[in-house]
Amino acid sequence: MKKLLIALLFTFVSTSAYAGGHSPCGVTDGSIKILANEFTTYRIFMDEVKSCAGPSADFSVTHSVDHNKLQVAALSANPAEFSAKLVTNGSITTLMNDNLIRPLNDLVAKYGSALQDNQKIVIDGKIYAIAFMANAQHLWYRESILNDLGIAVPSTYEEVIAAAEKIKASGKMANPYAGAFKSGWNLGQEFVNMYLGHGGDFFKAGTAEVSVNNAKGVAALNMLKRLTEVSNPDFLTQDTNAVKEEWESGNVALMHIWNSGAASLLDDEGDQAIKADTRLAPSPSVGGGSKPATTLWWDGFGIATNTSDENAEASFRALLGAATSTEMANANPNATIWLIDGYSPGDTAGPVVDAANRGATPYPSLPYMSLLHGALSTELVEFLQGNESAEKALADVEAAYVAKATEQGFL
Amino acid sequence: MPHRTFFWFFFPSGLAMLLFIGLPIISSFFQSLHIEPEQILMEVEKCDPFGCKTETKVDIEATTKLQEEQPLGRFNGLGTYGDRNHLAFDEIKEAWTNSSSIAEFTDILLNLPFYKALLFTLTFCFTVTPPVVVLGFIVALSVNTITKSLKGPTIFGVILPMIVTPLIGSLVLFWMIDAKGILGSFIQFLFDDPNLSLKSSSQLTWITLIIYGIWHNTPFAFVVFYAALQTVPQDPIEAAIIDGASRYERVRHIVIPHLYPVATFIILICLMDNFRVLEPIIGFAAEGVAQSLSWMIYNDLRSENKMLFGSAGATSMLTIIGVAILLTPVLIRTWREFRTER
Repeated sequence: MKKLLIALLFTFVSTSAYAGGHSPCGVTDGSIKILANEFTTYRIFMDEVKSCAGPSADFSVTHSVDHNKLQVAALSANPAEFSAKLVTNGSITTLMNDNLIRPLNDLVAKYGSALQDNQKIVIDGKIYAIAFMANAQHLWYRESILNDLGIAVPSTYEEVIAAAEKIKASGKMANPYAGAFKSGWNLGQEFVNMYLGHGGDFFKAGTAEVSVNNAKGVAALNMLKRLTEVSNPDFLTQDTNAVKEEWESGNVALMHIWNSGAASLLDDEGDQAIKADTRLAPSPSVGGGSKPATTLWWDGFGIATNTSDENAEASFRALLGAATSTEMANANPNATIWLIDGYSPGDTAGPVVDAANRGATPYPSLPYMSLLHGALSTELVEFLQGNESAEKALADVEAAYVAKATEQGFL
Repeated sequence: MPHRTFFWFFFPSGLAMLLFIGLPIISSFFQSLHIEPEQILMEVEKCDPFGCKTETKVDIEATTKLQEEQPLGRFNGLGTYGDRNHLAFDEIKEAWTNSSSIAEFTDILLNLPFYKALLFTLTFCFTVTPPVVVLGFIVALSVNTITKSLKGPTIFGVILPMIVTPLIGSLVLFWMIDAKGILGSFIQFLFDDPNLSLKSSSQLTWITLIIYGIWHNTPFAFVVFYAALQTVPQDPIEAAIIDGASRYERVRHIVIPHLYPVATFIILICLMDNFRVLEPIIGFAAEGVAQSLSWMIYNDLRSENKMLFGSAGATSMLTIIGVAILLTPVLIRTWREFRTER
């Protein structure tokens, strides 16, 4: 009798699990090798991928902040070093350009019944990636410090600077503001935010011809310069993770970093007094504009072209299992904004939703954008150090871009 | 050694050099003459969580077809060598005609990526190499005089900087010189300036990198000098002692002349090594203010986009030419000495 009951229960559980088409989890064939960025939300996601893949799966994941630098070389090899890559609207373009990720329509038809439509990244009628979270950079502040000095929560960058100067003058903190200004991708991204906040366009419409050396570009650079003046003097060496450490050490009262930072800033590790005092605010606008000076991002996964169909299917199944896991999303509601069906957003979702409502643009996914981002990464340093004028820095950016785009065949 | 024996002796390493150094250099050279085929763009509809819109994308089929027709890319001759990111002939010509003073011209020149990188690379080479030779010699002399029982541990301690992987060594120092690190806060205390930061200005970053370079390279000079010191003949030294020569005089007139060829060798290797400086720049996160030629190659192959093989190939060729120019005086000198000895 007891045996029968167990058998019945077992059948019930398995039928309900298989109810929505093929179940993605419990992979036995093929190997899963994933390349991903390094931050807490991705760690949470990858734990779920691993548990979905199951104990018998051949599973490995490489977390690296240099993932974007590795992706082209790693996926160009045949067979590719990785079977899957976590992508964003910034990095997918580069992989698309070189045909390094494959269309997923067949796999989605087979396993993807639990996917929401807005999770599918459809390009020219084909699904190339599955998104699972949305992210944006926005303002973070320390409530008690702002309250003590009678500062209202800044809603423009001009107010951010005024607030930072007031905190500095009060002697509470020497460098109250922080942003990810590390020379390289981060610095380029700060300019992209600020330039879009000023309403700028990176390219002449419909062409690969760059145009950033204009009044908006100069205004964006000058604003960045003023922000760095109230930041730690080592700002050129600080990426997002370094900024988060500054925050957790209590050295910073205002910062503009990723929403997904909540996963590590608001966890139970570190100084709980600082955690309790940490507040999230919408991304400020700048220069009298109405749009917030930030960009919208989705994070998702793509499957390598140069990997066997077996590995591709195994990787897709494990990643899809996590990308449709309502339990994971609701167990970590503040880790990010999950795009997963059945997810009820936590308290930290506000600033990203606000940015979308106020007309923030998604990061431009043009094939030549990464070349411009690369040029911005290296050519703005001298201006921020005060060795060069804004116009000269932007002229250098344009010249560096033109040389690269010519070599790449875009111009 | 008979020529025949020498040939067979040298053959395996010669073959390895040809296969693993010679052929890649030739291949890089060919790649540097080419640029990517034209990218064919198309407008497509694109949908993501933020909505649908029409966007530009690379027409993969058409572009792949072009790539298959020209696997090396389009022939560009020496075009990549002359573009703005390398030798920048047009920009220099323009700067020469438009600038009113030499200072202004130098300013424009050193703002171009290649020349900026060259300036740092040469500065690094010529400020690191001499102290390395001098320090290596002094350390070798000192270690040579201590008692036998202490020699082993001391030698290990001295060559430690060379054993530590450059990237790890520079990262450790990077954290130590942080404003809150042990060295960083000590320097702030020393100069009584709470805002002093070694990472914030380009001059201080350059000095940090150079000091790191000296720290890292000295053990190499030490090892070679120490080995050479064991070969110094004892007879003239004993004779000098009997003649009443001081320790300084013995070193100056017997040891140094004996070690002279070794010093040339160390200078040669150090110049060559330092010309290819890369790891400390990455470790110290100094990309913003200090770029070397090797870093330029690294950046072309490891930036956020498609690898710029042509550009990286061109910089590699220019680096090889740079090394050759740098070593010529030393090589000529060695050759002359070799001839006179005969």
